Amino acid sequence: MSNWKLICKLDDIPQLGSRVVQRATGGDIAIFRNAEDEVFALHDKCPHKAGPLSQGIVHGRRVTCPLHGWNIGLNDGQAVAPDVGSCSTFQVKVENGEVYLAL
Amino acid sequence: MSKPRLVLIGNGMAGVRTVEELLKIKPDHYDITIFGAEPHPNYNRILLSPVLAGEMTIQEIVLNELDWYKENNITLHTGKQIAKIDRVNRKVVADDGTEEHYDRLLIATGSTPFMLPVPGNDLPGVIGYRDIKDTDEMIDAATRHKHAVVIGGGLLGLEAANGLKLRGMDVTVVHLGPWLLERQLDEVAGRMLQKSLEDKGLKFLLETQTEALIQGESGRVAAIRFKGGMQIPADLVVMAAGIRPNYGLAEKSGIYCNRGIVVNDTMQTYDPKIYAVGECVSHRGIAYGLVAPLFEQAKVAANHLAGYGIGRYTGSVTSTKLKVTGIDLFSAGDFMGGKDTEEIVLNDPHGGVYKKLVIKDNKLVGGVMYGDTADGPWYFQLLKDGRDIHDIRDSLIFGQNLVGDVGHAGKSKAAEMADSAEVCGCNGVTKGVIVQAIKAKGLFTLDEVKKHTKAASSCGSCAGLVEQILASTIGGAYTPAALDTKPMCACTDHSHKAVREAIVAQHLTTKEAIFKALEWKTPNGCDKCRPAVNYYLISTFPHEAKDDPQSRFINERAHANIQKDGTYSVVPRMWGGLTTPAELRAIADAAEKYNVPTVKVTGGQRIDLLGVKKEDLPKMWADLNAAGMVSGHAYGKSIRTVKTCVGAEHCRFGTQKSMTMGIKLEKMLFDMYSPHKVKLAVSGCPRNCAEAGIKDVGVIGVDSGYELYIGGNGGIKTEVAQFLCKVRTDEEVMEYSGAFLQLYREEGWYLERTCHYMERVGLDYIKSKILEDEEGRKAYYFRLLDSLKDAKDPWQTSREEQPIKQFIPIKLEA
Ligand SMILES: Cc1cc2nc3c(=O)[nH]c(=O)nc-3n(C[C@H](O)[C@H](O)[C@H](O)COP(=O)(O)OP(=O)(O)OC[C@H]3O[C@@H](n4cnc5c(N)ncnc54)[C@H](O)[C@@H]3O)c2cc1C
Ligand code: HEM
Ligand code: SF4
Ligand code: FES
Repeated sequence: MSNWKLICKLDDIPQLGSRVVQRATGGDIAIFRNAEDEVFALHDKCPHKAGPLSQGIVHGRRVTCPLHGWNIGLNDGQAVAPDVGSCSTFQVKVENGEVYLAL
Repeated sequence: MSKPRLVLIGNGMAGVRTVEELLKIKPDHYDITIFGAEPHPNYNRILLSPVLAGEMTIQEIVLNELDWYKENNITLHTGKQIAKIDRVNRKVVADDGTEEHYDRLLIATGSTPFMLPVPGNDLPGVIGYRDIKDTDEMIDAATRHKHAVVIGGGLLGLEAANGLKLRGMDVTVVHLGPWLLERQLDEVAGRMLQKSLEDKGLKFLLETQTEALIQGESGRVAAIRFKGGMQIPADLVVMAAGIRPNYGLAEKSGIYCNRGIVVNDTMQTYDPKIYAVGECVSHRGIAYGLVAPLFEQAKVAANHLAGYGIGRYTGSVTSTKLKVTGIDLFSAGDFMGGKDTEEIVLNDPHGGVYKKLVIKDNKLVGGVMYGDTADGPWYFQLLKDGRDIHDIRDSLIFGQNLVGDVGHAGKSKAAEMADSAEVCGCNGVTKGVIVQAIKAKGLFTLDEVKKHTKAASSCGSCAGLVEQILASTIGGAYTPAALDTKPMCACTDHSHKAVREAIVAQHLTTKEAIFKALEWKTPNGCDKCRPAVNYYLISTFPHEAKDDPQSRFINERAHANIQKDGTYSVVPRMWGGLTTPAELRAIADAAEKYNVPTVKVTGGQRIDLLGVKKEDLPKMWADLNAAGMVSGHAYGKSIRTVKTCVGAEHCRFGTQKSMTMGIKLEKMLFDMYSPHKVKLAVSGCPRNCAEAGIKDVGVIGVDSGYELYIGGNGGIKTEVAQFLCKVRTDEEVMEYSGAFLQLYREEGWYLERTCHYMERVGLDYIKSKILEDEEGRKAYYFRLLDSLKDAKDPWQTSREEQPIKQFIPIKLEA
């Protein structure tokens, strides 16, 4: 079963912003918080040319990659049409103002 | 609860477009049913001409495949004609008895070809030109018969004639008017067109009236007789003498019609439950017969059907283009001119080029172009924007290139370009790919082409070329949106102009207030509108509105430039391009300490440290700050650099102290955010070693003072700065250039460089604000200084004041 790991407080992530979680292996994970305080986690690697999605602008349930402007769905990791591509997602949950990531 | 029901009568271009617009803004609002008399899904009617000419196939022109209807849960009845609208019981009845209830009804029944009321007009072999069936019949006739006669020398008639000729028929065009396309062309252009069509083998009978169509032994039409008695053989007669709005059904059901279904500015008929769009409509007394205005109607109708209730259709100016391969023709607006208009004409009968522009009160009101239509869309844009043209009047007739609008040379050759030619250098998109996407996906606008092909979506320098390819591929269906009214992005229908005005008028000081007051369609905007809105706020209310870092592009959030591998670059400010041994030492130390892989001298006289990890940024800034250096803003839509030459301080030619002047300007503008980046240069004499001629503000020292140039650009569009004025003192240089930059900051649209801004408003306007109005100039200058009075170094503040969490990664133990 999933192994929930405490990452940070919800307030450590700015609204419409993100934080980067560095792993020993497997690459960075980007954790996003939107205006409704929903939290999402994606592999920090754009399906286009591996841009760091964590550095993008967050809007609605999407993030726009800073390198060439692809839009990636935060909940499904799918590129928004007409672009095609996908990025792996991770389970996250918020409990008592703390963010946990399933690893 | 069940959803309200929307029924569409007419599965054609305007109706289905309305449904598409509706699905875009309110996807699940209605249960939608569509009735179409034709047995096909919605297709691109205007491309029937290339189908007839053998350049495309029916399959290629389908706009909405059957799957599209399924995916959107739309019930589609093809091949069923609605025979009756029962308004009392709110239902429609098809000719086969199918019934459907509606809560809202949309009528988009298009129009039908006008069949001349002459004897024999119902004979086999006599047809109109409107749909796939007609096109098939013509293609079939071409294989079995020889003589074709097309009645009507308008756009439709000429495209039909051209297609039939290409399919091997002997074609005569009969036209009542004195020259071809008299509704689109003046006489000169009409004659030139006739000549080139005759060269292609078409025959013409002008000022000729048809009297009767004569039946042959087979029962089919065999000849046509004209007034005066002349008679010629005809096995196929195509009536292209006009169209009649198809409003019989509506009229029969008691909806008020007057040469079309009468609608108001919201596209609503006299029955409030019933809307109508397309060629069947009469709006303010006009029935349109081109798709561009119909698409504008569709957008408005969709908005009201969605219940949003904003947006009005106020009519359209149209332009036309003939889709006959090898013939370039464009006309728009009032091209005949009259008593109170002036004309500029360029006529080169040997070169086959004719251009006429009609001007009234210093504005372009119409034009005709034949032979060279590359600038058609540009003229049309000037016309729609109502732009004052008197400052570019001298070279207007020679087109956009000579007015100095577009840098990439050779752009007027869209039609002649090979399919393999690269159009968008940034994304490697060829003309062939663009044309293919336009045809296959049914694209009509520049934005759609950008989305689907990525062409023109990066630097944008090829946008003009893409627009031309659009225009040459889909003909008159292409209309550029007027700049003033073009929506900012898909989140809103409001333009940059409207948003800027609303912010001031309603004193909106937060993005939330703007999104609410202007009814944004998305909860918190997108990567296009949020940075724009944030800039508008901080530039309009400098000490009142709060900057929102999350609305800024990463470079402005991290105060460094993101690189393709996710690292950043650091550029310390060197005022006026000057530095000191101590600064260089500190830079060298920082480069070594943080293992900077690349150190480069930039084009703006700065030193760039590339390849820095984000988490090292704050530490590196601290070291540089300690040595007295601050952010160089090499990453921002902001003041970037003031380049200087050696100048009178050292140079034997120098007339003014360019380095000192440059430093003063750069200190004045420190931390200035603007619609786009701003670069200045100061040269000490007209040899201009600092290259001031391609800067947003260029200052050139002369014996008696300085010359100021504005709106230059050395980037995508190389643009020579234009002379603004001559001033005497350093203080005046600061005041005039400061005032100009503040004007640009207050009026420019986000991502509009000074050269684009200037092109939009005109140099004369800027002169009237900066040169002719002394008080106004001083007020702009004051506002600039005031908004920058407490400027701080962002490197310092993001280390000390703002949370620096964004720079610190969360490390997971394995
Ligand atoms: C050959 C050709 C070339 C053209 N070239 C250009 C061009 O280059 N540029 C340009 O801008 N425009 C061009 N046009 C005009 C353009 O195609 C029309 O302006 C546009 O298609 C009109 O859209 P609409 O939805 O109003 O009508 P349509 O597209 O005609 O759709 C109306 C539909 O309603 C159906 N219908 C009618 N009555 C009923 C009923 N009672 N029940 C069910 N269904 C019904 C019809 O069968 C039809 O399918 C061209 C037209 C033709 C024929
Ligand atoms: C009539 C023509 C020109 C003459 C006589 C001239 C002369 C000079 C002189 C004397 C210097 C100062 C050198 C020094 O002492 O450091 C200089 C610098 C320079 N010139 Fe020119 N120049 C001319 C045109 C140009 C042009 C057209 C350009 C570029 C478009 C140019 C680019 C430069 C540059 C980049 C420098 C270095 C300036 C600096 O960074 O300080 N020059 N020139
Ligand atoms: S612009 Fe004139 S003053 Fe400046 S370096 Fe060149 S020659 Fe000397
Ligand atoms: S890497 Fe993300 S858009 Fe190119």
